[in-house]
Amino acid sequence: MSTHASHKKRSGLMDWLTTVDHKKIGILYLIAGGFFFIIGGLEAMFMRIQLFKPENDFVAAETFNQLLTMHGTTMIFFAAMPLIFAFMNAVVPLQIGARDVAFPFVNALGFWLFFFGGVLLNLSWLLGGAPDAGWTAYAPLSTTSEGSGVDFYVLGLQISGAGTLVGGINFLVTIINMRAPGMTFMRMPLFTWTAFVTSGLILFAFPPLTIGLFMLMFERVFDANFFNPDNGGNILIWEHIFWIFGHPEVYILILPSFGAISEVVATFSRKRLFGYSAMVFATVLIGFLGFMVWVHHMFTVGLGPVANSIFAVATMAIAVPTGVKIFNWLFTMWGGKIVFSTAMLWAVGFIPTFVMGGVTGVMLAIPSADYQFHDSYFVVAHFHYVIVGGVILGLFAGLYYWYPRMFNRVLNETLGKIHFWTFFIGFHLTFFPQHFLGLMGMPRRVFTYLSGQDLDQLNFISTIGAFLMAIGTIVLFVNVIISTSKKYAPSSDPWHGRTLEWAIPYPTPEYNFAQTPLVRGLDAFWIEKAAGNKGMTPAEPVGDIHMPNPSILPLIMSIGLFVAAFGLIYDTMTVVVIGMAITFISMFFRSVIDDHGFHIHKEEVEEDLKGVKL
Amino acid sequence: MDAGQRLTDANFPEHPEKATLEGKNKFLGFWLFLGGETVLFATLFGTYLGLRHMNMDGPSTEELFKLPTVFLATMLLLTSSLTSVYAVLALKQNRVRTLQKWFIITLILGLGFLGLEVYEFMEYVHEGHTFTSSAFGSAFYTLVGFHGGHVAFGCLWIITLLIRNWNRGITLVNAPKYYLFALYWHFVDVVWVFIFTVVYLMGKVG
Repeated sequence: MSTHASHKKRSGLMDWLTTVDHKKIGILYLIAGGFFFIIGGLEAMFMRIQLFKPENDFVAAETFNQLLTMHGTTMIFFAAMPLIFAFMNAVVPLQIGARDVAFPFVNALGFWLFFFGGVLLNLSWLLGGAPDAGWTAYAPLSTTSEGSGVDFYVLGLQISGAGTLVGGINFLVTIINMRAPGMTFMRMPLFTWTAFVTSGLILFAFPPLTIGLFMLMFERVFDANFFNPDNGGNILIWEHIFWIFGHPEVYILILPSFGAISEVVATFSRKRLFGYSAMVFATVLIGFLGFMVWVHHMFTVGLGPVANSIFAVATMAIAVPTGVKIFNWLFTMWGGKIVFSTAMLWAVGFIPTFVMGGVTGVMLAIPSADYQFHDSYFVVAHFHYVIVGGVILGLFAGLYYWYPRMFNRVLNETLGKIHFWTFFIGFHLTFFPQHFLGLMGMPRRVFTYLSGQDLDQLNFISTIGAFLMAIGTIVLFVNVIISTSKKYAPSSDPWHGRTLEWAIPYPTPEYNFAQTPLVRGLDAFWIEKAAGNKGMTPAEPVGDIHMPNPSILPLIMSIGLFVAAFGLIYDTMTVVVIGMAITFISMFFRSVIDDHGFHIHKEEVEEDLKGVKL
Repeated sequence: MDAGQRLTDANFPEHPEKATLEGKNKFLGFWLFLGGETVLFATLFGTYLGLRHMNMDGPSTEELFKLPTVFLATMLLLTSSLTSVYAVLALKQNRVRTLQKWFIITLILGLGFLGLEVYEFMEYVHEGHTFTSSAFGSAFYTLVGFHGGHVAFGCLWIITLLIRNWNRGITLVNAPKYYLFALYWHFVDVVWVFIFTVVYLMGKVG
């Protein structure tokens, strides 16, 4: 039996389609997530243009419903989620001193499932209309929605959700099993900690979504009666299941951003993160509490004062660990030698913005007040403050910070600062007035409003802000394009980093670490640098390195499900069978073909080590 | 040592399923996956509990369920869990033919369970209890059907695993695979115990 097959080198497109390297998968996630971010952003712009004056007719009411549904769904599932996975892939194995994730094949599968789910959902625009029941797809609106839009929503999310779930399991196992010698749990960088907790949330939050989507699909495709009161169904079941998933989902999004902010703040304050163990504890506590607050999305349903009060108190409790984090970031900066790089600007901008989103969150957690705020623009303002002002600002900080590690080049700092100021000012201009629009009674998800209700001016300002955010985003893309023509950055450690990902030479070798590093404490790389060492102390001699083989099967499995989804949407069982057959046959091949990977030999590693640039 | 090599009694590790990093990863990853599956079935159980009295014009749970058939199915599945334990015991003793024997018995019991379930569903459809007849019907067939789907997948899994490794002995590569199948099978069995209690027994007396 030939176990360790020779080193398979693929190049060009095939390399990207078959890669199982976490660094390349991270780049794929970043590109795909960036692409969907643009689409979701355009949908937002169309909505803001429609709302910039009263009784505007830029888009029809039906189109507006599709825009708001697709904007929310795209931004949450196909922009924010993949961008988080991009950084988790690019950074977590490096931060813990691992050569890859636990399941490289599954990692590739996770990416392709997400990608084809996103493509499927967005094809709805071209195939008879996008989903129009809101990103929450409440029954019976979603079960009775005409056309096949909601079917695209159900199947697109089902496929990408499976990808997210396997990704979550992968990172849990990677972090538990593959840490370098000396990298104890309480020495893990905070980004790895947040990735760990987020993966745990994914593991327990996504299965309810899977079931909810199955029910919705059965209801629409096979005439089931879960949500049909005429036949004994109950529409509240969907709301519960959706939010049992949906609320942990917002913590899935925000925690890795918290992690990125923690890395950036510590690095650019030239200080160890203040209250590291409190930060870890707060992260775990937020993850835990995140599962017991879902009913605050349903206060106005009428579950009664006892249920509402319990969930209100639980919701307010989350403000405590979050507050711990805010103060720890401030104390990290306190007395630090702060460098206002672009990444640090995003982090500094993040803190007050997120606090504002948190304060409106506590306001919304009060059931009696929520009856007033519910379904108004106040809610829209709140969740954009936490998701754009929290998640996206954190991801931008992470992007500028880790871009050199991912692409071996730094982004232009001047353009980065222009990006920051236009986007940051644009953001507050867009969403701050929306608090007041909501308090003045403007409901969310309306396609227009009448003049003479004092809504004109604030809506106008909001639209101007949206344009500023768009300009900021364009500046970012110009920056990225310019960077591709630049040479490699002069140093592999451009920010004077503290953690292991900066201890690796440029460009990052396929195997990450020629020798697994020995970790001697928190901020492992910083400790070595402070001791006057050039790099990490190795924990093992140079030897053969075992690597996984690339594979096309993850792509084919995902295509199979993509095909099957079309069969379900258009009620053609033959197509469903063909699609499922493609997936199952690929799984069969994966199971029966022996694939033990290959070895990079000691001599090759030694050759690489000679040419190392640090 | 080559991970794909047949293990001998001399070099047989105490835990062949966890002797390599790949094996350890699979072991942990699969336990975590089962954690997710637990939440998945919990969601289905919750929905079923919310809708089980919504049988509209169709038969109610008391009229519908016939405990003898269900009890037989339960016995088949519980026994199959026991036989898979014997297979894992053989795995730990490097006795591959015994392992194959016990897994084949496990498979036959699983197929018997599936046959009974199909028969049971056909009976229910005749009595007017269908997937679309009421919310109870939808919830019942989704919960029990999801479980049945898991059993069917498990059968395909063990068939593939047995055929592919028929003449290979126990290696560090296939030991985790056998072990994980057994874990999966126990999990499916435990879910059935809950279905038997929550759906059938509570349907008769609840």
